[in-house]
Amino acid sequence: MHKLTEPLAFGIGSGLFYVQLPFMKVNGGPAISFRTMPGLIFKRTCTALGVPVTRKKFSSPQKAMAELDLRLAAGKPTACQVGVFYLTYFPKEYRFHFNAHNIIVVDKQGDDYIISDPIMETLVTMSSYELQRVRFAKGAFAPRGQMYYPGDDLSEATDEQIKGGIITGIRRNCRDMLMIPGSFGGAKGIAYTGRHIKKWKEKLGDEKARTYLAQLVRMQEEIGTGGGGFRFIYGAFLQQAYKYLPIDALLNVSEQITATGDRWRNAAIQASGIYKGRLGSQADYNNMGDQLIEISTLEKKAFRDLREAVRKAK
Amino acid sequence: MKKNEIPQDNGALGKIAREMTYVVGDNGQYETAQSTGWNVKTEALDVAWNEVNNKIEAAKQKVINGTASPILYFMEKKIMDISILSAYTGFWKWTIKRHIKPVVFKTLSDEKLKKYATLFDISMQKLKHPFGS
Repeated sequence: MHKLTEPLAFGIGSGLFYVQLPFMKVNGGPAISFRTMPGLIFKRTCTALGVPVTRKKFSSPQKAMAELDLRLAAGKPTACQVGVFYLTYFPKEYRFHFNAHNIIVVDKQGDDYIISDPIMETLVTMSSYELQRVRFAKGAFAPRGQMYYPGDDLSEATDEQIKGGIITGIRRNCRDMLMIPGSFGGAKGIAYTGRHIKKWKEKLGDEKARTYLAQLVRMQEEIGTGGGGFRFIYGAFLQQAYKYLPIDALLNVSEQITATGDRWRNAAIQASGIYKGRLGSQADYNNMGDQLIEISTLEKKAFRDLREAVRKAK
Repeated sequence: MKKNEIPQDNGALGKIAREMTYVVGDNGQYETAQSTGWNVKTEALDVAWNEVNNKIEAAKQKVINGTASPILYFMEKKIMDISILSAYTGFWKWTIKRHIKPVVFKTLSDEKLKKYATLFDISMQKLKHPFGS
């Protein structure tokens, strides 16, 4: 069993967030995120645990593949950023032009690359042509052949390192959720979206408003979120953090975050009633908006308690 | 979410893999469990695909009415927009907007058409006459 779990990595990297970027659209819908940018979470966690990471982008696909081959020949698994549109083993329903997917290439056999994809339960393979195509997918956040890997002589993180990472990670996450400037980010950003939802029916019309709500739910429940817009992963993180940093309040805040995750799931059910056409009156939109405004208040309280809990931690 | 509340609704992803979900077990401790999907989420994905299909249908009508070239239709079919198309083909965005005009499309060289056909995974014939002749 590895010491470092997914929730620990997520929490040390201060992964939990909420933002609806104003004036920006994704696939013609609202640009909403429930976490910090993945690259940033990864970087913070590696820094906290003293893991050096090398990242490389390429303009030449041939060079990008040749460098990957060199590492694999030396028996060194390597991570690659890829686009999912041409990802052959993905179900068709998931293949949009989304370019921030990450896989680990573990080996090469003949022309086939052996791949560990976080979505899949087992290893999968792609030919060199297929892998090159996804590494050089185009569009927003194009991967440009990006590959990254840790240094060679790594030792497992010490308990002290993990504890230090947890404290820094929690403090930074409290700052992001409570102190970020502007009305649309952090815990207050959830209420911002809630207030907007109440206007969607009138402003956008039923059809567009439905696609907006569907997009919110997709961002919240997308594969890899662990459910509830990453809130459950964060709840798990606080429980695991307690083993390194035994402050009882962490367990209490974990329960609070679990409760907001459940609230998010309930809001998604309300949203689905609207986009399926079972609901659709202004009162239904108001109800949806109010649910988010309540979640905003609850998450503010949870993170204030959390900030207080680690105030004196060393 | 409690362990016994995990939805098992067979979503699109459920066909190839189950999703990892974080849930609270009976003892109040978090654990991981697998889900085959959640209807609420599958339906959200359906909404997105409906919109894609509406766009494809609208583009098809435009091509049939002669108000847009087949490039628009195949672009929508590949869920692309003009920026993505521009990035893959190397054409400027304003060039592509011109290529979407039927009059300009008729004058395009085979070399340029080939670029589009390759990207869309179709023959030149299909690109010129997407819905038969």
